Amino acid sequence: MNERTERLRQESLDAVPCISSERAELMTGFYEENHGKYATPVMRALAFEHLCRHKSLWLGDDELIVGERGPAPKATPTYPELTCHSLEDLRILNSRAKTWYRVPEQVISAYEKTVIPYWRGRTLRDRMFNLLPEQWQNSYDAGVFTEFMEQRAPGHTVLDGKIYSKGFIDFKADINQSRANLDFTTDINALDKAEQLNAMDISCDALMLYAQRYAELAEARAEAAATEKRRLELLQIAEICRRVPAHAPRNMWEALQYYWFCHIGVISELNGWDAFNPGHLDQHLLPFYEKDMAVSTLTENGARELLECFFVKFNNHPAPPKVGVTAAESGTYTDFANINLGGLLHDGSDGSNEITHLLLDIIDEMHLLQPSSNMQLSRKTPDNILDHTLRVVRKGYGFPSIFNADAVVEEQVRQGKTFADARAGGCSGCVEVGAFGKEAYILTGYFNLVKILELSLNDGIDPVTRTRLGPRTGTAANFETFDEFFAALNEQLKYQVDIKIRGNQIIEQLYAADMPAPFLSVLIDDCIVTARDYNEGGARYNNSFIQAVGIGSITDSLAAIKRLVFDDHTMQLNELVAILAGNFTGQDVLRQRLLHRMPKYGNDIEEADELMVRVFEAGFAAIDGRPNSKGGAYRIEMLPTTCHIYFGSVCGATPDGRNAGLPLSEGISPVQGADRNGPTAVLKSAAKMDHVRTGGTLLNMKFTPELLAGDEGINRLGQLVRSYFKMDGHHLQFNVVTAKQLRAAQAAPGEYRDLIVRVAGYSDYFCDLSEALQEEIITRTEHQGF
Amino acid sequence: MLAFSQPLKASGIIFNVQRFCIEDGPGIRTTVFFKGCPLRCPWCHNPEGISAAPQIVLSKTRCMNCGSCIEACSTCAGDHTLENCARCGLCAEVCPTGAREMVGRTWTVDEVRSMVLRDRIFYDSAEGGVTFSGGEPLCQPDFLIACLQACRSEGVHTTLDTCGFGARDKLLHAAELTDLVLFDLKILDSDGHLRHLGAPLEPILENLDALIGQQQRIWLRLPVIPGLTDTDQNLASVLELASGASCIEKICLLPYHETGVSKHLNINKNYDLNLVSPPSDQRMREIAAQLSDAASEVVIGG
Repeated sequence: MNERTERLRQESLDAVPCISSERAELMTGFYEENHGKYATPVMRALAFEHLCRHKSLWLGDDELIVGERGPAPKATPTYPELTCHSLEDLRILNSRAKTWYRVPEQVISAYEKTVIPYWRGRTLRDRMFNLLPEQWQNSYDAGVFTEFMEQRAPGHTVLDGKIYSKGFIDFKADINQSRANLDFTTDINALDKAEQLNAMDISCDALMLYAQRYAELAEARAEAAATEKRRLELLQIAEICRRVPAHAPRNMWEALQYYWFCHIGVISELNGWDAFNPGHLDQHLLPFYEKDMAVSTLTENGARELLECFFVKFNNHPAPPKVGVTAAESGTYTDFANINLGGLLHDGSDGSNEITHLLLDIIDEMHLLQPSSNMQLSRKTPDNILDHTLRVVRKGYGFPSIFNADAVVEEQVRQGKTFADARAGGCSGCVEVGAFGKEAYILTGYFNLVKILELSLNDGIDPVTRTRLGPRTGTAANFETFDEFFAALNEQLKYQVDIKIRGNQIIEQLYAADMPAPFLSVLIDDCIVTARDYNEGGARYNNSFIQAVGIGSITDSLAAIKRLVFDDHTMQLNELVAILAGNFTGQDVLRQRLLHRMPKYGNDIEEADELMVRVFEAGFAAIDGRPNSKGGAYRIEMLPTTCHIYFGSVCGATPDGRNAGLPLSEGISPVQGADRNGPTAVLKSAAKMDHVRTGGTLLNMKFTPELLAGDEGINRLGQLVRSYFKMDGHHLQFNVVTAKQLRAAQAAPGEYRDLIVRVAGYSDYFCDLSEALQEEIITRTEHQGF
Repeated sequence: MLAFSQPLKASGIIFNVQRFCIEDGPGIRTTVFFKGCPLRCPWCHNPEGISAAPQIVLSKTRCMNCGSCIEACSTCAGDHTLENCARCGLCAEVCPTGAREMVGRTWTVDEVRSMVLRDRIFYDSAEGGVTFSGGEPLCQPDFLIACLQACRSEGVHTTLDTCGFGARDKLLHAAELTDLVLFDLKILDSDGHLRHLGAPLEPILENLDALIGQQQRIWLRLPVIPGLTDTDQNLASVLELASGASCIEKICLLPYHETGVSKHLNINKNYDLNLVSPPSDQRMREIAAQLSDAASEVVIGG
């Protein structure tokens, strides 16, 4: 970092997340005046235009890339047309202990006087909850599943390379062409389509207007600039803002600024999930970088500075605040913009380049919370790229995460995408797979596998809320064989998936009808050509995901049931259910036996892993290929974000020895501490799932810095990654722990049982070591490697 | 023909198979620990590998005092010192936390082979593979040779970690099936060796000579035990021994560590080295420098 980017970074870190009511007030005013005058898509586009015309502009003292969603860094707007925060919600946001947002008095008063009176009863969320059936509500309240779209719009998508060769004037020409192709004599939907295209057209003008306002602001600031250097910079910013997004960019600075305008457009139009994302940034920027370097208008340091300014912009934008269950399922400021590195080109060749290294350096040096980053590692990706990635991973930030680019392509081709579109795709959010610039791939909600287990053990009744949620599939006393019991589990699973999908269809259709996203639709193929909105199935590909949570916990629970009840006949299933209902009170010996002496997923043991595969296949069969309401299909994903905590809190004690209310296993990772055979066994177990048929899986692993020390450590980690990917694993993420965490492990060893440390000449589980040796290692960790 | 196709010894006693071993040879390895050892190194960090027979190990920190073991015990009820233990193993079977463990059981060659092959995909790069260690693998020589044959026939890189004390013909036979030998040296003075380790030095040195004569790839490993193996005289002997043998590729200096302390407690043995402290980094670097002429590579650690 240079002096400028150091300062910008610090300002971003110091900026206080707060709520701005500017957007809410502008929307309220616009809707009050115009509601009922226009077709819905046009209304949305004009509202967006109103925002671009009137929102206050921020141009920081040192900035080279301009544009903020709110009036200042980390000032976060709200989206009352989707969900209108109550005064109580705002107070909670202001005062909650974690991920708080400061709420100024002025915001409270604007909400009280203007925003709430208009939107109460009119928000999409109000309408949604009125339409969702009681059955859905019951399952939702019990924590069988969550719903992504109740407070935030579908988004989850990523941009491809189209903006680097086309300006918005070109997109307007495409829109005009599509309008010209409409045939009102034969097409009964021609008017709807025309209105969609009108809306997209207005959205293009809106963003160009926004850029124009920045050009004017920069020029005005230039006159008063403190230094000649800054004056020239501001004039250049003005020139760039007149060039993009109207026209295609000519150099790297214009390219970055162009993307950033699009980013602001998408995240201002609606509060779509996972913000927005430039996708394969290294691939997109390479031609500009090479050209700029060749004509000496840019140096490597200059490129670095621009990229660092660009990164700071992401960090200035915390996730729009949620309330209630949605906050619990994803309690973080991160908005999941996840930059892809490496990967493949459209022809299948290696996509990594010198900007990949530049970006890895920047990720390492800046280590900002946002943007997230990931390496798309193909078998064609050179080892030096993997080495560089792992050297950053070793720092312990937990990023970049690493994806199997070849599996990511296979997963998409299975879903019917072309190879070229699949290769131009990648991963976004946490681990979701999509065809960048051409797909609406929507996470619809987390799905609680352990709650399904509870329903099957209790004849369809949730033991925690004591509500009947599922069909009568038999009481615990009645199952003669494990297969009979598993059949009941499968029936409960299918029943709840049906409830979830029925709700999803209602929500998808609501968004299609009432909450189109004309600006986003301009950017995603083939919305312009088909004259259909992104939320209505206008994208070339449309996949909806249901994300299963707790596969480790349910597997270990089933393994214990199978062993104790059906194989060894040590106890009756109804006895076990009674003990679970009592949360193991007075049953500590049994609980210890369940924790330590049963087969566990994550150890490369068939007895447990087979059950994991069986549960996965049941989930896959219940979900995959079911039609969504946009012409696409449902897919299964295996990722939790932080939902394993929430789902755990609504589940009683489980047969794997877990006490009521404690977290479930996360992602496809083993139950915390249940993996005892080392990292290779974990990877082997996890790879027994058929990742290629999912829409993404998430595997976390934890290492001490010492294990990864030196070139040897990097090589070893590289071998682990490459081997996992040879087995078609989808994603790996590493925690590299510190002495502080080792202290925490000493204080709560039960939560750290899988922590591997280097001892001397071999590795061992930290919690198995004598206290004296633990002390010794902690001291060593702080001062030296092994 | 039949005689050749039959396994030499189809089973043996193993006390641990550890996956993802990274200091027992190159790459990612699976280490198979054979039970039984002819030496009595006081610093031993695997004391549960010394006795040839299976035995009960108790980790007191994991014990919840539930009494299940006492109830289940066939002979030494209520006695937790393990001295009267008949090694029936019933207590380990019922122990809910796994604090009591029966260490060592009979493995067939096929079991060893299939366990080793479980991590085959991780061996491929950087010549990872299997390491046979212990205890001392040469204490079960026919079983060792059968395991080596089985792994080699699968194309897995094989390493033998030995103290060098064992029948020469068996060692040489094993070495033929071994890609790399990790040969442990300790005290290179006859009296000292016999006094501290409980076995004579000479057969070990003769075995090393024989391996060198066969041009076997060797990494010498020297545990650095302050005052015992790091004396000037001992280091000079190592230097003399290693110099000139081109098949000795590397010398690994293994700094003394205190892992053995709790493990001795777990099997209720006394630990005689309580006064020794691990060598400092500085000291390790000095020793490495002293031995730098002994082999093309001298490293600290495995």
